Amino acid sequence: MNQIPVKDVTPKSKNNGATESYDLYAKREHIYVKYYKGFFKNFRTISGFIMLAMFYCFSWLQWNGQQAVLFDLPNRQFHVFNFTFWPQDFILLSWLLIILAFVLFFVTVFAGRLWCGYACPQFVWTWFFIWAERVTEGDRNVRMRRDKQPMSAEKFLRKTAKHSLWLVIAAATGIAFVGYFSPIRELIPDLLAWNLGPWETWWIGFFIVATYANAGWLREQVCIYMCPYARFQSVMFDQDTLVISYDEARGENRGKRKKNMDYKAAGMGDCIDCGNCVHVCPVGIDIRDGLQYECVACGACVDACDDIMDRMGYERGLIRYTTEHALEGGTTHIMRPRLIGYFAAMCVMFIAFGYTLYARIPLEVDIIRDRGQLYIEASNGTIENAYMLKLANKSQQDHRYSIEVTGIDGLQLISESVVDIRSGELLDHPIRLQIKPAYLERPNYDIMFHVKALDDADISIDEENRFIGPTNRR
Amino acid sequence: MSDFWSIWVSVITLGVIGGCAALLWSTRKSEVYKDATEETTGHTFDGIEEYDNPMPGWWLQMFVATIIFGLVYLALYPGLGNFKGFLNWTQISQYEEEVAYADETYRPVFAKFADMSVEDLQSQPEGLKMGQRMFANNCAVCHGTTGSGAHGFPNLTDTDWLYGGNADTIKTTITGGRTGAMPPWGAVLGEEGVRDMTNYVMSLSGKTVDADAAARGEQQFQALCTACHGQDAKGVQALGAPNLTDNVWLYGGSFEQISHTIRVGRSGVMPAHKDLLSDDKIHLITSYVYSLSNK
Repeated sequence: MNQIPVKDVTPKSKNNGATESYDLYAKREHIYVKYYKGFFKNFRTISGFIMLAMFYCFSWLQWNGQQAVLFDLPNRQFHVFNFTFWPQDFILLSWLLIILAFVLFFVTVFAGRLWCGYACPQFVWTWFFIWAERVTEGDRNVRMRRDKQPMSAEKFLRKTAKHSLWLVIAAATGIAFVGYFSPIRELIPDLLAWNLGPWETWWIGFFIVATYANAGWLREQVCIYMCPYARFQSVMFDQDTLVISYDEARGENRGKRKKNMDYKAAGMGDCIDCGNCVHVCPVGIDIRDGLQYECVACGACVDACDDIMDRMGYERGLIRYTTEHALEGGTTHIMRPRLIGYFAAMCVMFIAFGYTLYARIPLEVDIIRDRGQLYIEASNGTIENAYMLKLANKSQQDHRYSIEVTGIDGLQLISESVVDIRSGELLDHPIRLQIKPAYLERPNYDIMFHVKALDDADISIDEENRFIGPTNRR
Repeated sequence: MSDFWSIWVSVITLGVIGGCAALLWSTRKSEVYKDATEETTGHTFDGIEEYDNPMPGWWLQMFVATIIFGLVYLALYPGLGNFKGFLNWTQISQYEEEVAYADETYRPVFAKFADMSVEDLQSQPEGLKMGQRMFANNCAVCHGTTGSGAHGFPNLTDTDWLYGGNADTIKTTITGGRTGAMPPWGAVLGEEGVRDMTNYVMSLSGKTVDADAAARGEQQFQALCTACHGQDAKGVQALGAPNLTDNVWLYGGSFEQISHTIRVGRSGVMPAHKDLLSDDKIHLITSYVYSLSNK
């Protein structure tokens, strides 16, 4: 055991041991996000619009006469278009989440934090709220000036307008969210009639508050301090990952200049130090300091800087999506083992998941042998075993099922062997099997229950169980 | 809890909360050498440096909020020794509230079937299914999931009834319970007498036995057993005495099992359910039990 050498790390005093006390908790700097235009912004606007539209509208779709996407918690049934999932199918949800995690890994290795910049609900709603802020209060400079002023009628009116608009968006979000759990076509009339159940009321209220607080007030604090993805993404980055980077070689030395001066002769780079990339940044960092964990790769600084470069007549791309290798003047290797590995794993899981969904039989058969006794000897000498069949019709149609048992000659099923089960119903069906002792050569047999839908040949499940008889036949 | 332990628990609980608050308050600020560090604390380990970034301010406020929540909780709910909390909440009261709520919620469901007779209910699959589920919860432990019974627990699917199988009798059995006592005769009869009696009882259901022993047993039977099992040994339902001439044996029909029954007796108990289940539920279970033997 070699001891790790201990190093004295007491900070050196630079001014003769004078101390000062400072606050260990940082006051939050309010970030005023400036309005800008550009390619990546358009891209996000489109993707954000599509996702928000899906979120707000999907609950209105109908399928087979019921809500297409409905997570019916009281009945433990989860309808997704043609499928109805039951709690027994939760393994599928686990797999889906694992697959999505791998998609995230793949995308991250390839292109950095695409998720954060373009798809994460936290940021989609934040941009939505930033838009609401701009239409009610104006752009960055106006907002900053007004926030410094004392309260006036106009300021009060504009602030009220902003928070009202925020609350309207939050309310729409809360209602739309709860609409996936409680049918939205009944939810809205109930809401208007002020006739909601306690849980609906609580959850709608909760999501209104959560949306308003998250997208209105917390914003980047969630990404910086709470989001686990921000913490582990750096593990997936390598030197060939696309990141947003400031091209230091080209930009330095930064400095203000007149538009048509020969700045290269003056020893300056392309960066005019206008601060636009900092003003548009929703997490309030300066991208010119290099890659930081706060950066959510939204591309705002890229758009803002390209706009300035165009105006200056310089080449675009001073801040751009690039890789560490490319910045150092090397080449980017897109095809690398890590990326191919993630991609392969992702494809395998996608195919397996698709097949599982395709081959899924919408019927659940659980057989519970009676625990009370091994067997019953009836008055006429026959041996009887009792079972409880739990049959769940997981399809969206009613079916009639037949139950057969095989495994021993002379085995008779003396309960109802044809049952009707409505869609989404779970039936407890007690079964009695009888056999004359003469047929039994061993004390126990493996038997097979065959349950199949009479009107759909695809729905059929065989389930094994045991038949137990006396050990010493008299 | 005695007063001492109550105070002990309260002091420790509040002390820990107060300690947390004090710790939080005292570590808000830090004394450092001015300009000593730029961005790191100066700690390095294997070349990894520790940043010196301050925590966000709302973090501190959240901590304060949890402390306030804790104090409010301890004021409202039991948590400080013997102090009951200002809401007077208990687990029992919550349980009773929820049971009352459930009864209130489901009463209409049961009431729908409460006015129907057991015979009419036979054509109500919905009601029978409810009865079946309650049977599975309350009765299946002894009588089996299918009601086929077990050793010592009667089979409910056949037509042989100890106390009678009409709807009212079944309901009486479930509501009030039954106690089936077969007294021990070993001391009265002696070992010989028990053997003779067993032979006779087995002969009643047509089994081959020692005829002489059976004849001796019959005399004893007429003297001792007819009071309950009847002159013809066909049982008396008013007493719950079983019919000995059929082939249904609650405690087994082998020579040893019958001997044991005669020698030391049997006592079967069907528990009363009037305090466990509401009348409406018993009504539905009765209907289900009735349906098992009246197809």
